[in-house]
Amino acid sequence: MLELVRQPWPWYTSGAVIAFVMVLLLFFGKSFGVSSNLRTICSACGAGKSVKFFDFDWRSQTWNLLFLVGAVLGGVISSQFLSTGEAVQISQATIQDLGQLGISAPRGIQPEELFSLEALFTVKGFLILLLGGFAIGFGARYAGGCTSGHAISGLSNLQWPSLVAVIGFFIGGLLTTWVLMPIIF
Amino acid sequence: MKGLKFILAGILFGIVMSKSEAISWFRIQEMFRFQSFHMYGIIGTAVILGVIITYLIKKYKLRDYQGNPIVFTPKEKSVPRYLIGGVIFGLGWALTGACPGPMFVSIGYGYWAILLAVGGAIAGTYTYGVLKDRLPH
Repeated sequence: MLELVRQPWPWYTSGAVIAFVMVLLLFFGKSFGVSSNLRTICSACGAGKSVKFFDFDWRSQTWNLLFLVGAVLGGVISSQFLSTGEAVQISQATIQDLGQLGISAPRGIQPEELFSLEALFTVKGFLILLLGGFAIGFGARYAGGCTSGHAISGLSNLQWPSLVAVIGFFIGGLLTTWVLMPIIF
Repeated sequence: MKGLKFILAGILFGIVMSKSEAISWFRIQEMFRFQSFHMYGIIGTAVILGVIITYLIKKYKLRDYQGNPIVFTPKEKSVPRYLIGGVIFGLGWALTGACPGPMFVSIGYGYWAILLAVGGAIAGTYTYGVLKDRLPH
């Protein structure tokens, strides 16, 4: 049984568990959306004193911060106890495309060229993660949600604003992949 | 402890995001290059099941564990904020190969470098809060 769990999970099990997590939070009286935590963190750090947007009762969102703590722990549990340590089995076409950008084939879950500490201390590596993260935080709040809030919760409730947001996510993602990355890398 | 159930839900989320490789930069690249069905399968299954379950919750007016009705707040109708915000989010999503949830899972997985992206995301959120009233919504 444990051996089966330690293998990478197929997409349909993953989609089902994500839907289950969303329902679980609904039955806990909450809604599934991770990026609002970033706003909560700003508030908890005192941003509400100078910026009105962060002036709210962030303690009411403690449950969501706990969800985030759980997400980190889930990552720890996966890597320590549920992993075979094998590389991500991505398609040959992607390996070839990424090779042309100077990213070598997977040896783990993330590329060494971006997520190793050596890469972090290069100007390019530093800026990619910092500015990429900045765009995620700025864009998610501007659009009122991220993949969990819009693509999962919003689309499940047939909200067309969420569909517009998800289309935006893909326009941005495709721009980065096809236009920016060949220039940056 | 009242908060324990949220931690447990988060643990389940963290395990499934890492075991299905949805936290992987490689998988996000594969998705944006249309070279695999994997990520579309994950999101598609979650959304289709989500639509069915949300429909049933509304139809049978189901209640949460405390007996309160489960309410779904409609999103405000607007195009600019969702489209512009969405595109900016997407730029970062493909670059770092992470969205806000998977970022935190990756930290737990041992990829410390992504803490920098988390710091960037917090700074980005703060900047939005400062500029909010000057942006088209």
